Amino acid sequence: MFDSLTDKFDSIFKKLKGHGKLSEKNVEEGLKEVRMALLEADVHYKVVKKFVGDVKKRSLGQEVMTSLTPGQQVVKIVNDELAQLMGSSHEDLNLSGSGLGSGPVSIMLVGLQGSGKTTTAGKLAVLLRKKGKKPYLVPADIYRPAAIDQLKKLGKQLDVPVFPSSAEMNPVQICQEAGAAAHQQGCDTLLLDTAGRLHVDEELMVELCRIKDAVRPSDILLVADAMTGQDAVTIAKSFDDALDIGGIVLTKMDGDARGGAAISIKSITNKPIKFIGVGEKLSDLEPFHPGRMSSRILGMGDVLTIIEKAQSMFDKKKTAELERKLRKSQFTLDDFRDQMVQIRKMGSLDSIISMIPGIGKSKQLKNLKVDESELARTEAIISSMTPQERRQHTIINGNRRKRIAKGSGTSVQDVNRLVKNYTQAVKMLKKLNKGGMRGIGRGMMPF
Amino acid sequence: MIWNFIMEFNWFKKKKDKNEDKPLEREISELPDSDQPAGFFNRLKKGLSRTREILSTDVNELFEGKRKMDDDMLEELEEILITSDIGVQTTMDLMQKISEKSSSISNADQLKGALKEEIRSFLNVQALTAEEITTKPYVIVAIGVNGVGKTTTIGKLAARYTAKGKKVLIVAADTFRAAAVEQLAIWADRAGAEIVRHKDGADPASVAYDGIEAALARDVDIVLVDTAGRLHTKVNLMEELKKIKRTISKKLYAAPHEILLTLDATTGQNALSQVKLFHEALGVTGIAITKLDGTAKGGIVISICNNFKIPLKYIGIGENIDDLQDFDPVQFTDALF
Repeated sequence: MFDSLTDKFDSIFKKLKGHGKLSEKNVEEGLKEVRMALLEADVHYKVVKKFVGDVKKRSLGQEVMTSLTPGQQVVKIVNDELAQLMGSSHEDLNLSGSGLGSGPVSIMLVGLQGSGKTTTAGKLAVLLRKKGKKPYLVPADIYRPAAIDQLKKLGKQLDVPVFPSSAEMNPVQICQEAGAAAHQQGCDTLLLDTAGRLHVDEELMVELCRIKDAVRPSDILLVADAMTGQDAVTIAKSFDDALDIGGIVLTKMDGDARGGAAISIKSITNKPIKFIGVGEKLSDLEPFHPGRMSSRILGMGDVLTIIEKAQSMFDKKKTAELERKLRKSQFTLDDFRDQMVQIRKMGSLDSIISMIPGIGKSKQLKNLKVDESELARTEAIISSMTPQERRQHTIINGNRRKRIAKGSGTSVQDVNRLVKNYTQAVKMLKKLNKGGMRGIGRGMMPF
Repeated sequence: MIWNFIMEFNWFKKKKDKNEDKPLEREISELPDSDQPAGFFNRLKKGLSRTREILSTDVNELFEGKRKMDDDMLEELEEILITSDIGVQTTMDLMQKISEKSSSISNADQLKGALKEEIRSFLNVQALTAEEITTKPYVIVAIGVNGVGKTTTIGKLAARYTAKGKKVLIVAADTFRAAAVEQLAIWADRAGAEIVRHKDGADPASVAYDGIEAALARDVDIVLVDTAGRLHTKVNLMEELKKIKRTISKKLYAAPHEILLTLDATTGQNALSQVKLFHEALGVTGIAITKLDGTAKGGIVISICNNFKIPLKYIGIGENIDDLQDFDPVQFTDALF
């Protein structure tokens, strides 16, 4: 997602790091490129100007000149400034209640056409349900053909109730009536999916204000496309001025957009980016962590996100047990398979790999595409082994291999390869253990 | 142009009686008065007003209290250009040309004239060829990332062709997004086009195959294939598109005749990456840029023309059915300044 920006910074700082000591000229040269990189990443030019100015002020002072590793110091300053720009911590949905008494609370989704409001509504429903809430989807887009159908279908897929809007109704009326309907169905959180509109379309902006006044939503989220250009700032500002939004959802972050919009929107509106959409599946919505994002831009990877993702998916007990086994080098084929199953639960491997620090820099690994069907095959092979074989791979002889291949619908060669890979992984683990294994970050990826 | 307009106007009259759909009513009520081509230009002008503001007002300010182009001024100009989403690379190209001329530029009007000339030369790289449809059926496949307006563009194209008396078949190969088929069906109904559809989740290539088969059987002039939006970086989804293309050409030699990439004008520099990757995978033959209304910067149009030799065929500036028009470089640069 921020990969391209990360690439840029990588090459810039390589230049800076190459110098023994940093002269004023070096700093200026480096910052000029930082400026270009940010501009090319669609960060708004005013934001860039201020950012570069701030970094320059701090870099040219004593801090850098007297430091032993000036390059690192500049990297740190850029990182700090970026982190400051992006905000400090993740802000969650505001569900503190509406101005209308104790009824269900509403979350309003607004944005331009095609920014992904309806899909985000579906994704938020999943997220809310995970938190133990009872979401209720309200389609209020009467303009786009079949927009209501789209949300109804999503609701059906997710088994979340949907307000039976129709294109003949008025959006304000829909949102008002939906409250009572949700209450009746025992739902506590309404997700209002409004029609996409241009921020310059006054008539439709007024409609949004009327919905807001009628419903008093506890949170208003602006759904914006991560690929938006310089205009991101104007869009965010117009919606914020009209509605006083509570936060932003950035969608389509799984593309190669440099994500400059995130920086611009945040610094101009000063409203938090609450979530990011990272894929086509309805579970692909992540909380946005600003601090982590800025270190990611600087190529430090995002270890925290992986760990958190792993923790929410992995069974904690199993993880602890696994770590114990890893330490003792008793990593059996059974564990190998468990790992695979759990990793697959976390989402596509590509997205996980891209989060590992250092990989952003490695050209070979960057173009590595993980073949997920290969994983399925491996799983089938292990499943075709007897429990004893899984515990002790050394007993797997020729005859057993033939049987396993037949059982899993693969060839003996496939089985051979798996056993070889596994033995290598075990060897590697032994070495790692000697070097001191710590933390789940490494334990997660034993192969 | 005039003929087009008359056809379209008639079409609208016809529809108005038949279709009482609410959204269409809104469209009709917003329909401009009789001088349509000029109306389009005005709306285009309005759409690009922000960019124009930047290009003219800011350029004017550059010269306040100054008589000559200097380095500071060039730097400021660079910033102005970047702000309109023209992109760093294209801005650099423009700047180089301008600085070569800088000695002869002494006031804002001259600078604007020079800019306009250079920008037009970028846009003119691809001369606009009149749409010539000789084969039948003529197959157009619409591709693009999510939410750029593929389905709407197809709906508008269908309306244009039916208004010209062509028999149009729409193929709903977006089987992924919920209710995409329904959305397309409504457009087909409005445009008076036929539609081939499968169930949600069906293999898009098989829908495309059936679509071509139906087109051949029903003696259709134009086939419009709608595909699911996808990010250009998703390898597996790009493979799916390639498969759709292969399937179509297996059934009908030399088809698809047009791979139309739809882009959202509010997109920033990522649009270039979209064009590049879609082109590498499928060989894009034409580009449509949507949502040029609002405050869209339009600079990306210049950037795309400068970086790729792919004809920019259509621009969309609004939700009205007639708001999709052929791209005209002269008209566009005139609207820009």
